[in-house]
Amino acid sequence: MYNPQLNAQGELVHLLTTEGLPRRILTQILDRAGEFMAEVDAGNKKFPTLAGRSVFNLFFENSTRTRTTFEIAAKRLSADVTSLNIQASSTAKGETLLDTIHNLEAMGADLFVVRHAQSGAAHLIAQHVKPGIAVVNAGDGRHAHPTQALLDMYTIRHYKGDFTNLRVAIVGDILHSRVARSQIHALSTLGCPEIRVIAPKTLLPTGIESLGVHVYHDMAEGLADVDVVAMLRLQNERMSGAYLPSTQEFFKHYGLTEEKLGYAKPDAIVMHPGPMNRGVEIDSAVADGERAVILPQVTFGIAVRMAVMEIVANNQQQAR
Amino acid sequence: MNKTKITRTMKQIVIRNGRLIDPLHGTDTVADLFIAEGKIAGIGAAPAGFVAEDAIDATGLVVTTGLVDLAARLREPGFEYKATLESEMAAAVAGGVTSICCPPDTDPPLDKPGLVTMLRQRAKNHDLARLYPVGALTVGLNGRQITEMAQLREAGCVAFSQGDVPIADLQVLYRAMQYAANFGFALRLRPEEASLVNDGVAHDGEYASRLGLTGIPVVAETIAIAQITQLMRATGCRVHLARVSSGAGVALVREAKQHGLPLTCDVDINHVHLADVDIGYFNSQYRFDPPLRGVRDRDAIVAGLIDGTIDAICSDHSPVDDDGKLLPFAEAERGATGLELLLPLTLAWAERAGVSLPQALAKVSSTPAAMVGFEASLSIGARADLTVFDPDASWRVTTDALKSQGKNTPFLGYELKGRVRHTLVKGKRVFDA
Repeated sequence: MYNPQLNAQGELVHLLTTEGLPRRILTQILDRAGEFMAEVDAGNKKFPTLAGRSVFNLFFENSTRTRTTFEIAAKRLSADVTSLNIQASSTAKGETLLDTIHNLEAMGADLFVVRHAQSGAAHLIAQHVKPGIAVVNAGDGRHAHPTQALLDMYTIRHYKGDFTNLRVAIVGDILHSRVARSQIHALSTLGCPEIRVIAPKTLLPTGIESLGVHVYHDMAEGLADVDVVAMLRLQNERMSGAYLPSTQEFFKHYGLTEEKLGYAKPDAIVMHPGPMNRGVEIDSAVADGERAVILPQVTFGIAVRMAVMEIVANNQQQAR
Repeated sequence: MNKTKITRTMKQIVIRNGRLIDPLHGTDTVADLFIAEGKIAGIGAAPAGFVAEDAIDATGLVVTTGLVDLAARLREPGFEYKATLESEMAAAVAGGVTSICCPPDTDPPLDKPGLVTMLRQRAKNHDLARLYPVGALTVGLNGRQITEMAQLREAGCVAFSQGDVPIADLQVLYRAMQYAANFGFALRLRPEEASLVNDGVAHDGEYASRLGLTGIPVVAETIAIAQITQLMRATGCRVHLARVSSGAGVALVREAKQHGLPLTCDVDINHVHLADVDIGYFNSQYRFDPPLRGVRDRDAIVAGLIDGTIDAICSDHSPVDDDGKLLPFAEAERGATGLELLLPLTLAWAERAGVSLPQALAKVSSTPAAMVGFEASLSIGARADLTVFDPDASWRVTTDALKSQGKNTPFLGYELKGRVRHTLVKGKRVFDA
């Protein structure tokens, strides 16, 4: 199938999803992020890559962390950054998503970072932006959150070196999670031989096995001998009602405690995309424990987003 | 109706040398067909005293009964920015559709006899296809208060329906079915349990899971069919199920029919050809209610058409403008233009499934006609509502090629076989290509 993220030369011109991205591109992003990490460690925090270019952060859905890390990443690349929280402004006045995009194009945008509550919103924008403008998906509905997955891959590679002999468990609300979907696609492309998802049946999408994952409903079984535990955030609105009876019951069965982490390999790492609900999906002892790599994830996230923005902007630039 | 006046304005027409396909009787022969006084007056040989005032050369063309579409939204009243009666009537006859049932989900809904009378009068003024309104089953489609069905029937409603707004309260549905059964009226219900649809927008399966689209499970349909068939047993009401979408749904209909329930059903032409995997990267042209289901469901629909479980194919014509489609998938408006695609897509299905032309055309003419309440056939005395088409002529579906004000369909860009050359309604030429 035609892949809207790639140009005719097979280069990344938008980042919309990790699905269908060749390993070569995933590795290119991770390698470039590694270079940025090394530069930052050496005290160099400013790069001229995007000097004179305009990055618009369009957040149709609330976010602090993702928006901030994108802002920092764009600023480190010397871009002019404008961040907009849109749910409060134009769409309430009846302006459509594409109207908003075309207006910002007229203001000279070069790159859009988009978060939207509807699955497919970033694809729609990428299909309708003028040639030469890049779109980076910062989360669309339940569909994809590719930069989060890439920073998770960076984290795994950083601590584990390679993917080809790893057992990874993704735990929690898989049904509503764009992070889980993007992680699954990235892990399979990078050669991870065993991807597990652990969740109660109410929080699993129909036919998730078709993505190549093993499904578990029990933490002891699902966490047995895993190298990586990727926790997911449980959204407030799922904490009671028809999906789950209560946070207590969820925590009892699916919350990551030291005891449950004991089923994993002794050197297993624990990731979380944040923000965490302590005492709901993760116990503080684990979140603050030595196997948690949650804060390094945030740091890596900036480097990964720098790499993504640099790559898509350069590939678009060549197309102009 | 002043019959003598009509007779005076009607020409006697001969259609020469056409391949006459009568879907009702399953016949397929080459012969001349003679039309007088709005009716078929002769086949093969001219009736006594026939003087042709007009002639159509149908050599190499199929001459058949006009198509009867059980569900086409004309968007009047209330949504004239999407389409008008005039534009969609013109689209109908260009597609060989001579009779249209329009669902009641207009604004205001067709819940009052006066509205129905007015709509029929406006349709009559355009003098193109025949219009058969389907009345609202509840006032304002609110699902609580049943409408004046008997008066709506007198005003010309051929059946009663909720459009796409299901009745949540089973007590109301039960009473509505009792009331309709009391007068012998048929209901057209779309089988869907709203609480199981929730905010779903796509078939709950692997593809929707992959795209992160909220799923509508098959049980939303099967539970509704089970409820409806139980209520049919309790009330004796006749029901036509509109747009069955799943293999499990088709199986339930088959079973109910085997038990002798007065149940019929249709499917829309999009579901005969398409499945959820066609959505691709969130293409909103594929946003339908009910959603496009899995490939196996589509195969079960095709099998149901062949074995007669599914009686008819409708277009589910829904003109949607670009503003309604240029949105994220879940926010995009559902539906597609269909009046001009019903014939070629039915022919494409017939060819692929190895179904004979008379059998295929019955699904879009004689069988739905019987549900509306008239006979569509090529026999002497039958109404001269006719479609003359070239089964081998290919055309490309483009926005320019479509007369409907709705230009959006998943089939844009497709090359389809089957081009209407002439359409006659009441013995009058209403469309010539």
